[in-house]
Amino acid sequence: MTKERRNLLLNIASIISVYIILWFFQKYGTEYQIRILNNMAVFITLAVSYNLVNGICGQLHLGPNAFITIGAYTAALLTMSPAEKQMSFIIKPLIWPFSVIQAPFPVSLIAAGIAATIFAFLISFPVFRVRGDYLAIVTLGFGEVIRVLCNALQSVTNGPLGLKGLKPYTTIWWSWSIAIFTVIVIQKLINSSWGRAMKAIRENEIAAQAMGINPFKHLMMAFLISAFFSGVAGGLLAHLITTISPTLFTFFLTFNLLIIIVVGGLGSTTGAVIGAMLFAWGGEALRVVESPMDIGPVHIPGIPGMRMVLFSVILMLVIIFARRGITGRNEFSWDWLFSKLSGK
Amino acid sequence: MANGIFFEAKNLTMRFGGLVAVNNFSLKLNGGELMGLIGPNGAGKTTVFNMITGTLVPTSGKVIWLDEDITGLPPHEITARGIARTFQNVRLFVDMTVQENVMVSFHHKIKASFWQAMFGLRKYTKEEERIREESMTLLRQVGLAHLAGEKAGALAYGQQRRLEIARALATSPKLLLLDEPAAGMNPQETMELADFVREIRDTFDLTIFLIEHDMKFVMGLCERIKVLDYGNTIAEGTPDEVQNNPEVIKAYLGEPKNAAG
Ligand SMILES: Nc1ncnc2c1ncn2[C@@H]1O[C@H](COP(=O)(O)OP(=O)(O)OP(=O)(O)O)[C@@H](O)[C@H]1O
Ligand SMILES: [Mg+2]
Repeated sequence: MTKERRNLLLNIASIISVYIILWFFQKYGTEYQIRILNNMAVFITLAVSYNLVNGICGQLHLGPNAFITIGAYTAALLTMSPAEKQMSFIIKPLIWPFSVIQAPFPVSLIAAGIAATIFAFLISFPVFRVRGDYLAIVTLGFGEVIRVLCNALQSVTNGPLGLKGLKPYTTIWWSWSIAIFTVIVIQKLINSSWGRAMKAIRENEIAAQAMGINPFKHLMMAFLISAFFSGVAGGLLAHLITTISPTLFTFFLTFNLLIIIVVGGLGSTTGAVIGAMLFAWGGEALRVVESPMDIGPVHIPGIPGMRMVLFSVILMLVIIFARRGITGRNEFSWDWLFSKLSGK
Repeated sequence: MANGIFFEAKNLTMRFGGLVAVNNFSLKLNGGELMGLIGPNGAGKTTVFNMITGTLVPTSGKVIWLDEDITGLPPHEITARGIARTFQNVRLFVDMTVQENVMVSFHHKIKASFWQAMFGLRKYTKEEERIREESMTLLRQVGLAHLAGEKAGALAYGQQRRLEIARALATSPKLLLLDEPAAGMNPQETMELADFVREIRDTFDLTIFLIEHDMKFVMGLCERIKVLDYGNTIAEGTPDEVQNNPEVIKAYLGEPKNAAG
C-alpha cells in the first residue's frame, strides 16, 4: 500500500469516526453538549476560512464579521416564510423580492455564501490597494459599515429589532458536514500551487511578483473564498441561535476569530481547528466565571464579560510567551504521526 | 521579430523628487550576450533593473522587449514575458522549503484553475506532479537538490544566492538580470559563481545582464560592460576598453582597478 493510499484511507476513517461520535452525542448527549458541538463546527468553518487570508496570505484583515453578517441575514431572509416576514417587519415592510421568496435551508446557505462573496468582491478593490496597518483599518471600517447598515436599512434587515423566530435548521449534521468540507477544500487549496503563491506573497510580496505572481489576483481569490465560507457559516449561525440582530456581529466576533487563529497557530489549518474547538468549548465551560461565586466567606457577584477578559489574557500570554501559538505553522499529517510513533 | 529588437532600453530616466537616480540610460542587448553593469555605490544600477522589471515606472524612456513596448507593465507580466531577476538583498520566501521556493516560479504558467486544485481533480494533480518533478530537476542542475526539503531561511548565504538564481530560472526567462550575485561571497565561491553563470547561460539559452562590484568577476565574465556614475553612463565597451577609460578610472578614483567592492 502506498503512502497516499494509506493516508486517503485514514482520512476517510477519521471522517467516519467524526460522524460516529456525532451520532453518539445526538443519541445520548445533552442539549448543552449538542450546542457546544454546533459552535465548534461553525467556529472551525469561520477560523479556517479566516486563516486563509490572515495566516496564509499574511494580510491583517479585520472584517470577517461583515461577511458573517451578510451570510446570516441572507440565509435568514430566505428561510423565513413570506407570512413570518410580514409579521416581523412592523416598522417598515420588507422590500421585494425578499418579501415573497422562500428557499430551502441548503439553498439559503449557498445564497448566503454567494452574497458574502459578492460583497467581498466589491470591497476587494479598495482593500487590496493598501497593505499592513492600512488594510487592517480599511477592513475594520467595512465591518463597521455593515453593522451600521444593518441598523439603518430597516426595510431589508428590520433594523435593531433583528430577525426572530428562525427555524433551528442547523443540526450537528449540517454544521459538521460543512466544517469538514471547508477544511478539506481550503486545505487542498493551501497545499496547491495557489496556496504556495499566497504564501510567497506573505513571505515577500516584491519577490513573489518578480516570480510572475499577480498579488492582487491571489489576495482577492483568498478573500473571496474566505468570504464565501464565512457567509455560509453566518447562515449556519443564524439558524443555530434563531435570532439575529446587528449587535450580534460586532468587531467582537472578529476579535474572537483573531484569538482563535493566533492561539491555534497563525498560518496553520490544524491550529485554526484546534483553536476553534478550544474556544467553543471554553466559551461554554468558562460560563462559571461569569456567575456568582462563594469562595469561603467571600462572595463574588457574577461579572458579565469575564470570559472575554480571560480570552484576552490568554491571547496576551500567547503573544508574549508562545508567539507561534499551539501548532506554529505546522500541519497535522499522518506521515508526521507515523514518524513520531515509530520513534522518529 | 519584425525589426528584430531583442532587448532595448531607450533613454530611461528615473527621478526621485529632486534626485535624478538614472539619467538617459540606453542599452541594446543581443540574444545570448553576457553584459555587465558597474558603477560606484548609489550610481543607479539597481534602479535600472527596477525600471526594466516593472518595479519602478521610469519617469521617461522606454523598454522594448521582443519588439514590444513593456514600459510600465507590472512586474508579474514582465516576468511572464521572459525577463527574470534576482535581488541585491536576497529576497527568498524564507519560511518555505527550497523546493517550494522554486515551485512558486512555475505558478504563472499553470493551466488548471484553482477550483480544480480545491477538489483535487486530475487536471490539476497531474500538473502539480510535473511542477514537482521539474523543480527537482532544476535544483539538481544548480546543485541544491540535497537541500530540497530545507527551509530556505536555513541555507548558508552562498546557497541562498544560488537559490535566488534557481528560482528566477524556474520562471523560464530568456533574459536574466542578476543584481550583485557575488556580494558577500569569498573568492573561491565567486570563482565558482562565474563558472555557474556561464553554465546556465549555455544550458538555459539565456541572455544575462548583471550588476557586480567585484571587478575581477565582471572583467573575467562579461563580454561587454556599461559604467554608471551618478546616474550617467560614462563608458561602455569590452572589459579592456572600460578598464582603461580615464572617465572610469576617475569615477573609481583612489581605488585600484581590481579592488573588490
Ligand atoms: N525608491 C527610491 N526612492 C528614492 N530614492 C531612491 C529609490 N531607489 C533608489 N533611490 C536612490 O537612487 C540612487 C541610486 O540607487 P541605486 O540603488 O540604483 O544604486 P546602486 O547603483 O544600485 O547602488 P549600490 O551599489 O549601493 O547597490 C541612490 O541615491 C538611492 O538612494
Ligand atoms: Mg544596487
